[in-house]
Amino acid sequence: MVTMETKPAVKPNQPTMENGPYLEKFEQFEKSAKGPAWVLAARKAGISHFTELGFPTLQDEDWRFTNVAPIAKLPFKPVLEPTRDGFTAKELGQFTFAGLAGSKLVFVNGHFAPKLSSVAELPDGVKVMSLGAALASDTALVEKHLFRHARADTNAFTALNTAFFQDGAFIHLPAGKIVAEPIQLLYVSTANENGTTAHPRNLIVAEQGSQVTVIESFVSLSDAAYFTNSVTELVAGDNAVVEHLKFQDESQQAFHLATVAAHFDRASNVVTHSIALGAKLSRTNIYATLAGEGLECILNGLYLTRGEQLADHYMIVEHAQPHGASHEYFNGILADKSKGVFHGRILVRPGAQKTDAKQTNKNLLLSDDATANTKPQLEIYADDVKCTHGATIGQLDDEAIFYLRARGIALEKARRMLIHAFAGEIIDRVRCEPLREELNKVVWDRLEQNEQVTVNR
Amino acid sequence: MTQPILAIQNLSAGVEGRQILKGINLVIRPGEVHAVMGPNGSGKSTLASILAGRDGYNITGGEVIYCGKDLLELDPEERAREGLFLAFQYPVEIPGVNSTYFLKAAYNEIRRHRGQPELDAMEFLTFVKERMKILNVPEDFLKRPVNHGFSGGEKKRNEIFQMAVLEPKLAILDETDSGLDIDALKIVALGVNKLKRPDNAQLVITHYQRLLNFIVPDFVHVLYDGRIVRSGGKELALELEEKGYELIVHRAAVPA
Repeated sequence: MVTMETKPAVKPNQPTMENGPYLEKFEQFEKSAKGPAWVLAARKAGISHFTELGFPTLQDEDWRFTNVAPIAKLPFKPVLEPTRDGFTAKELGQFTFAGLAGSKLVFVNGHFAPKLSSVAELPDGVKVMSLGAALASDTALVEKHLFRHARADTNAFTALNTAFFQDGAFIHLPAGKIVAEPIQLLYVSTANENGTTAHPRNLIVAEQGSQVTVIESFVSLSDAAYFTNSVTELVAGDNAVVEHLKFQDESQQAFHLATVAAHFDRASNVVTHSIALGAKLSRTNIYATLAGEGLECILNGLYLTRGEQLADHYMIVEHAQPHGASHEYFNGILADKSKGVFHGRILVRPGAQKTDAKQTNKNLLLSDDATANTKPQLEIYADDVKCTHGATIGQLDDEAIFYLRARGIALEKARRMLIHAFAGEIIDRVRCEPLREELNKVVWDRLEQNEQVTVNR
Repeated sequence: MTQPILAIQNLSAGVEGRQILKGINLVIRPGEVHAVMGPNGSGKSTLASILAGRDGYNITGGEVIYCGKDLLELDPEERAREGLFLAFQYPVEIPGVNSTYFLKAAYNEIRRHRGQPELDAMEFLTFVKERMKILNVPEDFLKRPVNHGFSGGEKKRNEIFQMAVLEPKLAILDETDSGLDIDALKIVALGVNKLKRPDNAQLVITHYQRLLNFIVPDFVHVLYDGRIVRSGGKELALELEEKGYELIVHRAAVPA
C-alpha cells in the first residue's frame, strides 16, 4: 500500500549531507542560548522549518532567477560570540551616514556593540535598544510582536535567522510619540573567514499616531565571502508615519539575504526604501500586509550592479482591507555582466475594494552582457480596484541625449546626467532630507567610479 | 558686407538612400529673420535637424558655413556652444533632471567655451530670474524636471525660455507653432521678438502663415521637394496663405 506523503521525505532534525552542519551548530548553540522559553521554542521551530524547507532552488518559482547554491555551499559559521578584535568607533567614520545626527545602534557580526552605539535623548517611553536587552527588560512587549510577522514556515532564510539570531534592534514608540531624528542601525561585518554568518533580527513597532525614521545600513570591513541573513519585523499602528530605509553596501564577495516583514494598520503612512549597492548576491524580500483601511504605503528601491553582481528584490504586497494604496517603484542600473531581478506580487483580498495598487520596475542596461529579469504578478479577488504595473528594460534614450547635446552639454556628460536622473527618481522619494543628501552623494560617487557610466561605449 | 551667420551652399542630404534635401542655398546675415515655409514632407525638419547635428542623415553634397566655420564638422554640443540653438518641434521630457541644474550646465558650457568664468548657483539664479521676467515664465518651470509633465504649450514656451537664457547667435525654430492655440502662439512669438538683436539671427520653420502674423520675417523661402523654389519678402507668406502651396510651386516650376 502506498501512503500519501504531504511532507518532504526528510523528517525534521534528521541530519543529512545538506542540513547536517546547520543542525550540529544548532545543537551546540541551543545549550548556551539565553532568553525566555518562548524564544527558544521559536528557535527550535525555526531550525525544524529550515531542515524541512532546505535552501530554495531554481525550480522554486519564487527563486527562478536567483541561484542560492553558492550560499548553500559555504561552510556554515554562525558568529555565536561577540567579536572583540580592536574595532574602534573611529573606524565607523568611513561609512555612509556616519555624520547623521540621532541615535545609532551598531552591530558587529550580528552582535550588539554597546561601546560603538549611542542613544540620543528620546521622548518618554520610546525605546531604542538591542533586542537582546529588550527580551530581558520588556519581554511582554516584545513577545506581542516578535516572530508574528516574518514567517519561518515558508521562508528557509527566515527560519535560519529565527534559529540562530544573536541580536538586533528593538525600537518601540508608544502612541503619539515622535522621534524627529533618524534612528540608525549599522551592521558591520568584520568576517575573516568564508561562510561567517550573521543573523541580525530587528523589531520596529510604531504604535498609533507615532512617527519615526529608521535606517538599516549593512556595511563591511571584510573581503571574505561572508553571509548576512537579516530579518526585520516592522509594525505601523493606526495613523503611524514611518520611513524605513535599508541600505545594503556589503563587500563585493558577500552574500546578503534580508526579509522585511511589515504590517500596516488603518490610515498609516509608510514608505520603505531598499538601496542595494554591494554584495556578490543580494536578495531582499519585502512582505507588506496592508491590514487596515485607508492606508498609504510606498515601496521604493534602487539597485546598482556591476561585475558579476546579482541584486534581487522580491515583494508581496497584500491588500487585506478597502481603500488602501500601495505604490512600488524600483529602478535598476546594471553594468558589465551583472543581473537585476525584480519580482512584485500584488495580492488584493476579497473585500479590499477601492484598492489603488501601482507597480513600476525600470531597468537601465549599461552593457550588452547585463541582464534584467522582471516579473510582475497581480492577483485580484475584489472587483472595484485600480491596479497597474509596468516594467521597462532598456538603454539610454537617444532623443534625450541629443536634446542635452543640442544645449551644449557634451555626450559623456549627457549620458551621466541621464543615468544620475534615473537613480534620482528613486532617491527623491526619500523624505528625510539629510538621508536623501547622503544617498545622493554615495550613489553619485558609485556611478562615477563605473566606467560604463563615465565613458561612452 | 558683414560676414553671414549662416551660409548654406547646395546642401543635399538624405536618410537611408532616400534623398530629402536636393541642393539648398540660403544665406542669413546678422539682424535678419528668415522664414522657411513648406508643406509636409518638403524637408523643413530635415534641414533643422541637419543644422543642429542630429545623427542619421547622410550629407551627399554641398556645405554649411556657420560664422566662418564648417558647421557639419562640429558635434551637436560644439554647435550649441558656438551659439546655434534649435527650438525642438517635440521637446524631450527628461524626468529626474532638474531644470535649473540643466540650464546652468548648458549656460556654463557656453561661457566656458567663450573663455568666460562660470556662474555659481546664486549668480545663475539671479540671472535666470531676470530672464524669466522678460518672458513672463512661471517660476515653477525652474523647479520641475526638464519638460516633464509639461503641456504642449508649456514645452514650447520652455524652448523659448531656454533660448532667452542661452542667447544664441542663430536660433532655429522648428515648427514652434505646431500644436499651439492662438494665445500660446502669441506668447511664443512675443518671446522671439523680444530676443531679436542686430547681432543675432532667427530661422523660423513653419507650415502655417499664422505664426508670421506675430513674427515678422525679413525673408520668406518656400521649400518644396527638397529645394527652395521661391524666396521673397514677408508678402510672400501672405501670398502663400492666399493661394496655397500648389499655385506658388506651379508658378515656380515655370521659368519666368
